[in-house]
Amino acid sequence: MSANGKPKFAMYWAASCGGCEIAVLNTGEKILDVDANFDVVFWPVAMDAKYKDVEAMPDKSILLTLFNGGIRNQENEAMAHLLRRKSQILVAFGSCACEGCIPGLANLSTTEQIFDAVYDSITTDNPQNYRPQYQTKVPEGDIHIPKFYPVLRTLDQVIDVDYYMPGCPPESHQIAEVIDLVIQVIHGQASLPPAGSVIGAGNSTVCDECPRQRNVKTIKGFQRIQDIAELDPDLCLLEQGIPCNGPATRSGCGALCPQAGAQCIGCYGPAEGVVDYGARLMSAFASVIDSNDPAEIEQILDQLPDPAGQFYRFNLAGSLLRAAKPVWKQ
Amino acid sequence: MSEQFEPILVGFTCNWCSYRAADLAGTARVKYPPNIRLIRLMCSGRLDPAFVMKALAEGADGVLITGCHPGECHYLEQNYKALRRFLLLRRTLEQMGIEPGRIKLVWASAAEGVKLAHEINTMVEEVRAMGPLNWPKRWESNGFHATVKEQEQEVTA
Amino acid sequence: MQKISIDPITRLEGHGKIDIFLDEEGNVANTYFQIPELRGFERFCVGRPVEEMPLLTNRICGVCPEAHHMAAAKAADAVYKVDPPPTAKKLRELLYSGFFFTDHTTHFYALAGPDFVMGPDAPVAQRNILGVIHKVGLEIGGKVIQARKFGHKIVEIIGGRKIHPCTSIPGGLTKGITEEERKEIEEMGRWGVEFALFSLKLFNDIVLGNKEYVDLILGDIYTHRTYSIGLVDERNRVNFYDGMASVVDPEGERLGKYATPEYVDWIAEHVEPWTYLKFPYLKKVGWKGFVDGMDSGVYFSTPLARLNAADGMATPLAQEQYQKFYETLGGKPVHQRLATHWARLIEVLYAAERIVELSTDPEITGRDFHRVPTETPTEGVGTVEAPRGHLTHHYKTDERGILTEVNLIVGTTNNYAPISMSIKKAAENLIKKGKVVTEPMLNMVEMAFRAYDPCFGCAAHTLPGQMPLKITIRDAKGETVEVVKQYCE
Ligand code: SF4
Ligand code: SF4
Ligand code: SF4
Ligand code: FES
Repeated sequence: MSANGKPKFAMYWAASCGGCEIAVLNTGEKILDVDANFDVVFWPVAMDAKYKDVEAMPDKSILLTLFNGGIRNQENEAMAHLLRRKSQILVAFGSCACEGCIPGLANLSTTEQIFDAVYDSITTDNPQNYRPQYQTKVPEGDIHIPKFYPVLRTLDQVIDVDYYMPGCPPESHQIAEVIDLVIQVIHGQASLPPAGSVIGAGNSTVCDECPRQRNVKTIKGFQRIQDIAELDPDLCLLEQGIPCNGPATRSGCGALCPQAGAQCIGCYGPAEGVVDYGARLMSAFASVIDSNDPAEIEQILDQLPDPAGQFYRFNLAGSLLRAAKPVWKQ
Repeated sequence: MSEQFEPILVGFTCNWCSYRAADLAGTARVKYPPNIRLIRLMCSGRLDPAFVMKALAEGADGVLITGCHPGECHYLEQNYKALRRFLLLRRTLEQMGIEPGRIKLVWASAAEGVKLAHEINTMVEEVRAMGPLNWPKRWESNGFHATVKEQEQEVTA
Repeated sequence: MQKISIDPITRLEGHGKIDIFLDEEGNVANTYFQIPELRGFERFCVGRPVEEMPLLTNRICGVCPEAHHMAAAKAADAVYKVDPPPTAKKLRELLYSGFFFTDHTTHFYALAGPDFVMGPDAPVAQRNILGVIHKVGLEIGGKVIQARKFGHKIVEIIGGRKIHPCTSIPGGLTKGITEEERKEIEEMGRWGVEFALFSLKLFNDIVLGNKEYVDLILGDIYTHRTYSIGLVDERNRVNFYDGMASVVDPEGERLGKYATPEYVDWIAEHVEPWTYLKFPYLKKVGWKGFVDGMDSGVYFSTPLARLNAADGMATPLAQEQYQKFYETLGGKPVHQRLATHWARLIEVLYAAERIVELSTDPEITGRDFHRVPTETPTEGVGTVEAPRGHLTHHYKTDERGILTEVNLIVGTTNNYAPISMSIKKAAENLIKKGKVVTEPMLNMVEMAFRAYDPCFGCAAHTLPGQMPLKITIRDAKGETVEVVKQYCE
């Protein structure tokens, strides 16, 4: 508790796009509740903040920290450790922190490949063939940038995490509910869910929330969404041959994408009880394919040109294997 | 590597056919190498791709999946489902740099102990030639913890 | 030599770090503006199907996912050589106008506003949106929240989601809008026009009415004579969604216009080993280092640059403001970077007027919102104006439409060199020998680049928000004398 008697709140981003922060700001009036019930001590997107103040705080003095973004470099890792030390409850907030999200697809490439793509691109003018240096001697002295790690890691691969809040970003109404819950907990009107729980999301799959009709029909092939002249507005997309990730994805968003005519790309991460997101999705897709003939199955699978991307779009860093083999080559 | 590399394989076998075939191989003293650890499933259709990935993530160099011959599955068409999962999994793993030869699907009836032993022998030699997969070590060599977080066992049909 | 590091820079959307080296006398010897992060989208999008790019590249930046969504969709159209039906293009532009309206409004009130409304030397604790609300009145807070809501609502109606929209695909969109939705958007647009006019009046009263601020804006500290770049329509008026790129030199003469696929002939990116971000410049002029003038290829790309690069605005009220802007500031081009805040408000007005225009277009509720591509996919470039600058996505694919090469020149990146220059100049002017480096002074340095609304989330393809600020003062032997940190190392 701080001098004004209110518990302390912090929010931080590591390797993040900032959408999570925007989603919190988009809760609108809820921000005022946060302000009324908490002493916001550290929240870079919304207020001037001092790192040294965080460092100076007693350990465990922040009641609640929402941490978004994955761990891409040295600086992200240092901040994760610092905030873990200072916080009682630390939430992995959003897909990046929970499971690595889209930036986790970088775990299919080596650092060298990433640097080559960026610093040797078609418009790059780089006669000295520079790559980023963690330390550079300039005429006036030495300057530093944080070290880029060979893989992107999820937050719980670096520190202990108390709760997980999935979504890319979590939907604002879900964030609002979580804020309400925490405020009730502070006032002794509710108790916290068990440690390690997923909060601010549902317990089933996006398919369960999806209003599109499913007939448990099997398919003879997959289609790319741009190749379909007219989508059936009411029928399950997967049954129309569009690789929709709904069957493996946790509910919570209200099936926004399928309702807008687009496939679920899986941003809410693995559904309850799923050990490996991609594995569950592979099982689901395998069930829907209508063929028992190896040659024909292979032909159908050719219509899914990027299985690793399809099955691990948001979840590669958080999957059982977490990265590709060449990434580990020294 | 001066010493001969001994690959570790994990085998997921169907209770009704291949597990018995392996048993038979044992009792008939048909030799198959000790490199493989067999895990019995009620049917190849019970095989969750997550099992394979967990095996690889925890140190297996290869995974062998076995089931009843097409048309002979005790749970009707479950082995076809296994086939489709396997083909999908193999493609995904290939994109992650894991050689397709490190996972294999073999049909073997309860009577085919000799055939199964032969398949295991062949696979051990093939994986030996590929060298270790070393998934956990790859993490450690980068200074990261290698332990796969313990999660509740998934229950699938 | 002393070294001052500003790390992180506050109220900026992205991480950043500034090192200021002082010489023996305590004057500025040099400054380095470093971007400490990289995520590598250019690499890991390779191998993915091109239709996923509007979804994947959204995650470059959660502040402007709409910009990436659009640039990616246009690049994917180009890869398939498919021209989306008029309804689709109009819907996309409508979504985009809603986004611009919200984004610019947020920047003005939450990020830049505090400096002006509260004053650059107001206490840190007051220099934020809450301070602005206290000073201008509670009512304004409600209006800003409303403006944000409206923009997001428009994005949600057409894009399917508020953040990271999902409906643009090669050849158009996955959905259209209903008459009710159209009406709702039109009403929001009309409210938006009023709000934009109100904001311009506020700027007029508080800023233009205050001689101190006007002097600050027009003063030399915040002035840089560089090239300007921006998309224009066929009549050379500002356009956010489509058009040719117009390049105007520091004297105001048009160097040329190019169709965006020719960007490779016009733009190149300089590399320094001490930062993850590259420095784009005009290839035709060449990289001469961090300097202004005709011979230096450094250009900028912001609301101010867009106004400079165009001949006017395409909507009537915004055009009036455009004229007033140049009349007040002494003709074209304007190089005083703090005038960007004013230019941004003119764009807010344009966006709102455009929402009204598009939402009352008879085609907008059409059912023909997608055209199936028929050509074999190859290569394509998609360009839009992001709020923070010209945004280019360039893709090459195999014959299945699987990406083989991705090049991205992202909004803020365009401004990396000019921002670095602005920082140096502000530091030189504000940090003089014998003078202690005080916090408001550093905020003045920050104001220099806050005008650009930099989002290094975008640029480094990492995150937004407030920036790091660390001040390390080193003596001539390189020993640390003092460290002032705002957070994070
Ligand atoms: S989870 Fe999504 S919205 Fe949140 S930071 Fe990551 S990419 Fe952005
Ligand atoms: S697969 Fe997709 S479209 Fe079909 S029910 Fe599930 S979420 Fe809906
Ligand atoms: S439908 Fe899927 S991708 Fe879309 S918001 Fe929901 S979980 Fe995310
Ligand atoms: S029972 Fe053997 S594979 Fe199904």
